[in-house]
Amino acid sequence: MHLLINGKDHDDLPDGLTVATLIAHLGLPERKIAVERNREVVPKSAYAETVLETNDVLEIIHFIGGG
Amino acid sequence: MPQSIKDPLIIAGREFQSRLIIGTGKFKDYKENAAALEAAGGEMVTVAIRRVNLDKPDAPLLMDSIDPKTTTYLPNTAGCFTGDDAVRTLRLARELGGWNLVKLEVLSNVHLYPDMAETLASLKLLVADGFDVMVYCTDDPVYCQKLEEAGACAIMPLAAPIGSGLGLLNPTNIRLVKEAVSVPVIVDAGLGTASEAAAAMELGVDGIIANTAIAGAKDPIRMARAFKHGVIAGREAFLAGRIERKQYAVPSSPMTGLIK
Repeated sequence: MHLLINGKDHDDLPDGLTVATLIAHLGLPERKIAVERNREVVPKSAYAETVLETNDVLEIIHFIGGG
Repeated sequence: MPQSIKDPLIIAGREFQSRLIIGTGKFKDYKENAAALEAAGGEMVTVAIRRVNLDKPDAPLLMDSIDPKTTTYLPNTAGCFTGDDAVRTLRLARELGGWNLVKLEVLSNVHLYPDMAETLASLKLLVADGFDVMVYCTDDPVYCQKLEEAGACAIMPLAAPIGSGLGLLNPTNIRLVKEAVSVPVIVDAGLGTASEAAAAMELGVDGIIANTAIAGAKDPIRMARAFKHGVIAGREAFLAGRIERKQYAVPSSPMTGLIK
């Protein structure tokens, strides 16, 4: 399936990914990021049960230095 | 200040011993940032929220150098130009961090000056969504009152344009802001060196935020320590109460009992 993640197209992702399996697929530290799906925050507690659909728009963020 | 003297800064029910908040931008790396925080004696840092770089999933993380369990993170809305952007960004920050104390800044394209109409609108959205909001703002005491009425838990007027290091340009307005509101007032942005932090604290404000002044100094760690002492000195001087200014000399030594 296709996802738009942080403004970039990601094609050929396996079908049936959940937020949790996507995070693992991307190699990201789950406890140090937050995920928005189609402009709604995905609670950490719902990562495993949130099944992604093709063309979902995701934002994956973390804290960086700022003033 | 000796530890025995209790003079906590209280923001939205949270108690802090340090009145110096430091930023986490512009440091050489997060390690230097963490060392500066320690030298500053700080308990709070401002942080930004940005997209993860998916090409570098192993890049160093701020959270690995500055532990959010022991240091209060103040997620900011830098880069947001509307209330909707700010709410969206801080909802993500809240899910990531698990806390609701945040720094709202809605800037304009005019020298990064705060857009106060948009700031006030954003504040109302955030308060309705359950956030405790510290608000970066202009030094207009009327607008600062409106922010307090809308539920701001701290008012954070600028000393000078962001990153300019011009220092405390309008001490009269900062004092008027402090007198106009009852929530803590924290001078944010524009300070250049420790004496300016002291001067701001002597006006009676409750705290200081410094980022560029520390991160951009030749020795950021030493400047962090200087700011710590500046903030403490200014606070102590304010609490002690300065003497009245007099137009003429008044001797410090007695004029009686002189030898003849």
